[in-house]
Amino acid sequence: MVKRNHKPIIELRNVWKIYKMGEVKLAALSGLNLEVRKGEFVSIMGPSGSGKSTAMNMIGCLDVPTKGHIFLESKDISTLSESNLAQIRGRKIGFVFQQFNLIPTLSAAENIMLPMIFQNIPKYERVERARKLLKMVDLGGRIYHKPTELSGGEQQRVAIARSLSNNPEVVLADEPTGNLDSKTGRTVIDFLKKLNREEGKTIVMVTHDESIAKKADRTEYLLDGKIVKTLKNSVKKRK
Amino acid sequence: MFADYLRIAIRSLVKRKMRTYLTMIGIFIGIAAVVSLIGLGQGLRIAITSQFGILGTDILSVQASGTSFGPPGSGAVTPITKDLIDKIEKINGVDIAFARYIESGTMEFNDEQAIGLAVSVPEGDKRKIIEKMLNLKTEQGRLLRDDDTKGVVLGNDFKKDDTFGRGISSGDKILLNDIEFRVVGILEKKGSFMFDQSVLVNEQSMIDFLETDEDEVDIIAVKVKNEREIDAVKERIEKLLRKERDVDIGEEDFEVQSPQAMLESLDSALFAVQLFITIIALISLLVGGIGIMNTMYTAVLERTKEIGIMKSIGARNRTIFTLFFIESGLLGMVGGIIGIILGMIFAYGLAAIGRLVLGADLIQASIGFNLIIGALAFSFVLGTIFGVLPAIRASKLNPVDSLRATK
Repeated sequence: MVKRNHKPIIELRNVWKIYKMGEVKLAALSGLNLEVRKGEFVSIMGPSGSGKSTAMNMIGCLDVPTKGHIFLESKDISTLSESNLAQIRGRKIGFVFQQFNLIPTLSAAENIMLPMIFQNIPKYERVERARKLLKMVDLGGRIYHKPTELSGGEQQRVAIARSLSNNPEVVLADEPTGNLDSKTGRTVIDFLKKLNREEGKTIVMVTHDESIAKKADRTEYLLDGKIVKTLKNSVKKRK
Repeated sequence: MFADYLRIAIRSLVKRKMRTYLTMIGIFIGIAAVVSLIGLGQGLRIAITSQFGILGTDILSVQASGTSFGPPGSGAVTPITKDLIDKIEKINGVDIAFARYIESGTMEFNDEQAIGLAVSVPEGDKRKIIEKMLNLKTEQGRLLRDDDTKGVVLGNDFKKDDTFGRGISSGDKILLNDIEFRVVGILEKKGSFMFDQSVLVNEQSMIDFLETDEDEVDIIAVKVKNEREIDAVKERIEKLLRKERDVDIGEEDFEVQSPQAMLESLDSALFAVQLFITIIALISLLVGGIGIMNTMYTAVLERTKEIGIMKSIGARNRTIFTLFFIESGLLGMVGGIIGIILGMIFAYGLAAIGRLVLGADLIQASIGFNLIIGALAFSFVLGTIFGVLPAIRASKLNPVDSLRATK
């Protein structure tokens, strides 16, 4: 068990995201405050349109807020340029998407190596790490398979392996089980859990599935761009 | 890291084979046209240059007009008489002048006959000069001497079996117009049929045995003392010939030319043709380039999601730009490579057909290293130029929006 640190690794302070649709202004996030500590597994729930994905994009440095501040390891990222954000995404954050989002022309191993290429990691190291990661997600025999030759669950496991390729602090999972049947979904969640417990990775997961959300240490409920309820899950105690 | 980007770009191109090929057609047609036509043009230049045989900035040739460099054509042409040589030599600025007789006749060897073209070599001191001027050297035997009354020196092509079913070597006997001649030497290979198929006979022997009329000189070659005076000397010769042949200005039945000047006029004609062809090829390349641009814009649209994914896992704008840039550069360059190969096949093929039909190396292709490298670099640059805008478009895509794209 990794020792939990009480210093927040992610901190959103009064974050607003306002989209202009012609004359109409639409607030996807309206003063969102959120803290995630290192080593935590947090799930975010909420109906569609509640701002879950926008919040995810903010944490993942894919987007910048209209107003407010986002701190990643105490560094304010809300004003950084796209090039700097890309660097942070590449090094500190791993993404797992609902649609897996693997590059179809590349093999499983090559998909895992791609984030490492963007960080100029030498080839022998890339190959070595990709092999290890594939083994970790129980896909050691699928190195040369293209995404189309893999099942949904396998693709998502490759995606999880890819999210870890640069050994990031934070793994962001946006509806990771949304495109999987419940049984496959559970194995994927188990992998995320394992990552959290054994590797001490901070995990933030968006989902609308209550049973999946409960696997996290804590569930935040989002409505109209704000946290409306926080629930501490007691999965571990129940065991 | 470039190697990795290159691999990713190649994957994307291979995935869309059909579109990749179609896009490249535009490039390779243009490149093939440029390569083959410039190659043929250069080959033609080399061929014609060597046809003149005598090349130098200080040489003038005098011949009755209407005749070509071949055997005398129409009988209506007033031949150039031998006495003119001495008169020309007396002109101020002329170093030396000598006659060249060209006579067609039959050749026989190994019981097979062929038509040959005998060319005269002057005797005495002038022999040395012409040997030096034409840079004549033998591969077998020796060059002609004054006492070789029935001796002949053959071009290098006669070593091959083609003409008589058996190669000729020095020491063999051949029949020229049914008179036996001894082959005293075989010339070194020169690469032009003027030399490689030549039959060199002493001037006096041609007159004595091959029925050459002494007073029908085919060409008088004139060497001037100072090449800067060549135009003045040319005018003096023309004046003399007008007087001797009793013709007025503008009605000359003879020509005084410098091979160099002829080559220059040929060059300018060739340049005009090549310019025209190059412009057409450039238009085709422009269209090809726009094809690349179109394909790349389509690729950006089609791969919007992929771009979003790459950005989410750490690709910077610069990275995305590089990936697309390499891809379009490759389209150009591979198109260029295919174009060069096609152009070479076309040019050398045409030269080979020319050889078969005309039986001579008149059509030659010469595709040099520079031309290949130039064409390759040009096609790559073309691909990248037309790839810049799509690549910028790709790199500027917003990661959130592109991740949301369905494709």
